[in-house]
Amino acid sequence: MREIDAAAITEAVARLCIQANTRLPGDVKGAIAAARQAEDWPAAQEILDRIIENGAAGGEVPICQDTGMACVFLEVGQEIHIAGDLTRAVDEGVRRGYAEGFLRKSVVSDPLERVNSGDNTPAMLYTDLVPGERLKITVAPKGFGSENMSRIAMLKPSDGLEGVKAFILDAVEQAGPNPCPPIVVGVGIGGTFDKCALLAKRALLRELDVPNGNPFYAALEEELLEKINALGIGPQGFGGRTTALAVRIETLPTHIAGLPCAVNINCHVARHATEVL
Amino acid sequence: MPKTITAPLDRAAARSLRAGDSVLLSGTVYTARDAAHKRLCELAARGEPLPFPVEGAVIYYVGPTPARPGRAIGSAGPTTSYRMDAYAPTLLRLGELGMIGKGKRGPEVIAAMKEAGAVYFGAIGGAGALLARCVKSAELVCYEDLGAEAVRRLEVENLPLTVVIDSLGNNLYETGRAAYLAQRAAVER
Repeated sequence: MREIDAAAITEAVARLCIQANTRLPGDVKGAIAAARQAEDWPAAQEILDRIIENGAAGGEVPICQDTGMACVFLEVGQEIHIAGDLTRAVDEGVRRGYAEGFLRKSVVSDPLERVNSGDNTPAMLYTDLVPGERLKITVAPKGFGSENMSRIAMLKPSDGLEGVKAFILDAVEQAGPNPCPPIVVGVGIGGTFDKCALLAKRALLRELDVPNGNPFYAALEEELLEKINALGIGPQGFGGRTTALAVRIETLPTHIAGLPCAVNINCHVARHATEVL
Repeated sequence: MPKTITAPLDRAAARSLRAGDSVLLSGTVYTARDAAHKRLCELAARGEPLPFPVEGAVIYYVGPTPARPGRAIGSAGPTTSYRMDAYAPTLLRLGELGMIGKGKRGPEVIAAMKEAGAVYFGAIGGAGALLARCVKSAELVCYEDLGAEAVRRLEVENLPLTVVIDSLGNNLYETGRAAYLAQRAAVER
């Protein structure tokens, strides 16, 4: 049994909040650079150049002013004992990271009363128990310009693959310029209503240079990316090839009566940072 | 070459802009997003004056990150505009001539823009670090309790914008995409 002090979790979460918001991950930089290479529409090229410049301008200031809700994913090894209150430790990390990093506090404590919590807490915390004695922490700040454009559908089994494709393309079409294209499209297929939505969010955590491990879904990711980039929405919606940087699909078994499909859209500031304790 | 314009806008300048124009905006703009718009419209409904001069005003839909010591502002890119659609016609009728944001606008906003001769500018969404460099000063005007959503007066220099919807209702989200798709179809033929 390995013991991890809750204070160490707080420190790691604080560090990751700042890192994720101020430094664009290498896989995202690479995907934007590749999209710039492939873009043939001059107005779109110009916007992608500015977006690349913006990525380099981070560090001192956050890359984007919407420093998001702090989505914190924990993989907790079963052989670990955490000394202290885990949820409080994570929230304290968010509180510290958002204060020390001069990040925006974008959370209201009640969805209808709408008073700012003042410290960006609570975190949206997801925990998975896994074998082993390590604790993996991923912080993925999620902006709401793209979150608001996300959708879920309880499709019928008869809708099949074509129904899934049509729903995903329609979600991107309806979102249009709103989620700050070029976007990353996270897709969940299967599971239950709630698990499907979580799958779509988790899909956004996969590195943009790592295709789905299943060749069928890897091919589907490529096919959908090509179809999305034929829509013509383009960077910022001003027209062009680069509407999306990647499509990421995750799946789960589902019920004989159902075909849930969720689309969680992320912007080009596709932030995520990970540490293992 | 981008056009150089100054805020507050005068009516002739606003009317001369066309969807697709690149502009560099300098001068005074006011920040307001969801919560501030709600309060501004409540003032207007009671017939009270707004806390800043609205004639010719350009409102930037932005909630910046806090400024580090010695800096004017933190990261400062646009937020999605459609959430302000419920409020924008009221402000346009009071004299607002420019809005800076990103994303689609509803038909009621476009109708009010045509009536007012106003312009909707797009700033690059997600480019908050870059756009912050154009902000030379930021001063609180009101609603400090709203934090990032407070109304601030910004002095900006050469803020790079694109005219998305002009005072005639031309819309770059439609024309830009159509032009790209036409070119793509021509190449494929």
